[in-house]
Amino acid sequence: MRLSYPGNIRIVRVPCTGKVDIIHILRALEKGADGVYVVGCLEGECRFSNGNLRARKRIEQAQHILDAIGIGGERAQMYNLSSADGPRFAEYAVEMTDKIKEMGPNPLKKAKEKMAA
Amino acid sequence: MIVAEKKPIEEIIDQVKDFQKLLIAGCNECVTVCEAGGKKEVGILASALRMYFMNEGKKVEIDEVTLERQCDHEYLEEIRDRIDKYDAVLSLACGVGVQFMAEKYFSTPVFPGVNTCFMGAAEERGVWSERCQACGQCILGETAGICPISRCAKRLLNGPCGGSTKGKCEISKDLDCAWQLILDRLKELDRLDDYEKIMPIKDWSTERAGGPRKVVREDVRL
Amino acid sequence: MSTKTPSKLEEILTAGHLAVTSECGPPRGSDPEDITKKAEMIRNHVDAINITDNQTSVTRLCSLAACVHLKMMGIEPTLQMVVRDRNRIALQSDILGAASFDIHNILCLSGDHQQFGDCPKGQNVFDIDSMQLIQTVRLMRDEGKFLGGDEIKRPPQMFVGAAANPFADPFEIRVPRLAKKIAAGVEFIQTQCIYNLDKFELWMKLACDRGLHEKVYILAGVTPFKSAGMAKYMKNRVPGMDVPDEVVKRMSGVPKEKQAEEGINICVESIQRLKEVEGVRGFHIMAIEWEEKVPEIVERSGLYPRPDIS
Repeated sequence: MRLSYPGNIRIVRVPCTGKVDIIHILRALEKGADGVYVVGCLEGECRFSNGNLRARKRIEQAQHILDAIGIGGERAQMYNLSSADGPRFAEYAVEMTDKIKEMGPNPLKKAKEKMAA
Repeated sequence: MIVAEKKPIEEIIDQVKDFQKLLIAGCNECVTVCEAGGKKEVGILASALRMYFMNEGKKVEIDEVTLERQCDHEYLEEIRDRIDKYDAVLSLACGVGVQFMAEKYFSTPVFPGVNTCFMGAAEERGVWSERCQACGQCILGETAGICPISRCAKRLLNGPCGGSTKGKCEISKDLDCAWQLILDRLKELDRLDDYEKIMPIKDWSTERAGGPRKVVREDVRL
Repeated sequence: MSTKTPSKLEEILTAGHLAVTSECGPPRGSDPEDITKKAEMIRNHVDAINITDNQTSVTRLCSLAACVHLKMMGIEPTLQMVVRDRNRIALQSDILGAASFDIHNILCLSGDHQQFGDCPKGQNVFDIDSMQLIQTVRLMRDEGKFLGGDEIKRPPQMFVGAAANPFADPFEIRVPRLAKKIAAGVEFIQTQCIYNLDKFELWMKLACDRGLHEKVYILAGVTPFKSAGMAKYMKNRVPGMDVPDEVVKRMSGVPKEKQAEEGINICVESIQRLKEVEGVRGFHIMAIEWEEKVPEIVERSGLYPRPDIS
């Protein structure tokens, strides 16, 4: 499968989405990422029984924090797919990229530039 | 343990928005276990606040530290050499830790990052519930190991009241009637006859009513 | 039995008459007419009138002041006192205040939790419980002593009552709980509104089996339904209330304009049946904001005229 997906995505591999914590989402955005999304296995199909469900809860918490501090909760998202489902992976990548493009760049970039000036 | 809940981030921002150098101090004890003010929560809050201030165009320096305990001199002393670097401390410890910090670092403003809720147990993951109100004179031996002071909405020593319905409290269907629990356990222990013993009027002077309390142990004092 | 207090209610019960009491809720304002008018409607049909103490935790004119109004009208009041709002200092102080007006009946209660009322954010007190309030009044009356041990000059002369709810859970301790109140010193009981007569009779039988009916005067509580809606509300929303389905059905089965009448019928029929139950020594008719119907209920139940005791 030579599927193409947006090249502006940097993939961070984790053994299970249950490894992803709120702080990882926040740090990524703090460092300038425009959005962060977590791609986990389908719900009910976690090898470690509920890693992907934990991830979803953490994403929700991160969204809540991001909304509260004016960065935008939408910049963090959770997706689920089967590890064999390459086309879906590409589809989500496009969807997320479109969503972030619509929202515009991470507001912190502009704020940093302003502060430097 | 002492159970606490994170304050809403909006409220925290409001408390600390006028400071330039902040220390966020977590505590490794109870608040870590109930996931309100341990190292993890310190990191999340610090990151969130940094982003908030940056987005607002404010230059605020935020450092993180998590002490073994904030209710003991020796651990609080660990930040003495750098406390003067900060305009304010945001403590994620329980109300005890926040106050001990304030007492120790008299000229540094200290703000609470959590709401201290009660002394309780972890019923299951994500669920904590109250078990003790520190009345200072434990009666659990007489009430089959279930405390009517912390678990009955009316603190009845001779319950249950007329509002007990299907084992639940009149104030909430989600709350067990403490006296139903007491009776169930008295029965299990074959002590149901004890129910008819009238519990005498309680001496509340060892509770909050008697003013701030202190335990002095001459046998262990140095 | 000889009486221990100047209470007319006690005297009537001691003389072996079926007693009739009722209750009035004080107003959410300071107009004394709100109480005196209600009391005037029922004064000739009852032996004593309870004045509720901030019932369902809604702030109202205080029970003590309302009792004083009744007293000034020559009506015998029963001071209801909940332990929710006052510590032992205030409770004893109010008991003395009531005694200074020669109020001779008191009903010792826990009180609904404040979350039901207009001040859900308020503190509650519960320094002592209703069981211990019974003990407190008895101590003050019989030994002439305060809880602190000091002597009371002119101790209160009060006939001591309490509530009993045969329908609250768990049922198995409902009779032991009555025994406990008797051991604490209670002299009369007014029960929760009875709609489930079978269950009440069972409770009463178990109480009689233990001989409790000879140690305390039990007044059966009744409340007429004004409408089918009220029956449903009492069934589903009021903690510790047992309204059987057939009663709700009976209320819903008649047209709206006839429901009030049906409510009175049910109430009268209940009293008739309860009169025959061993251990029932009178009735406590709680016609909530419907005091004008009390005379009719009393008359139709054959409880009128009231014994003339002076």
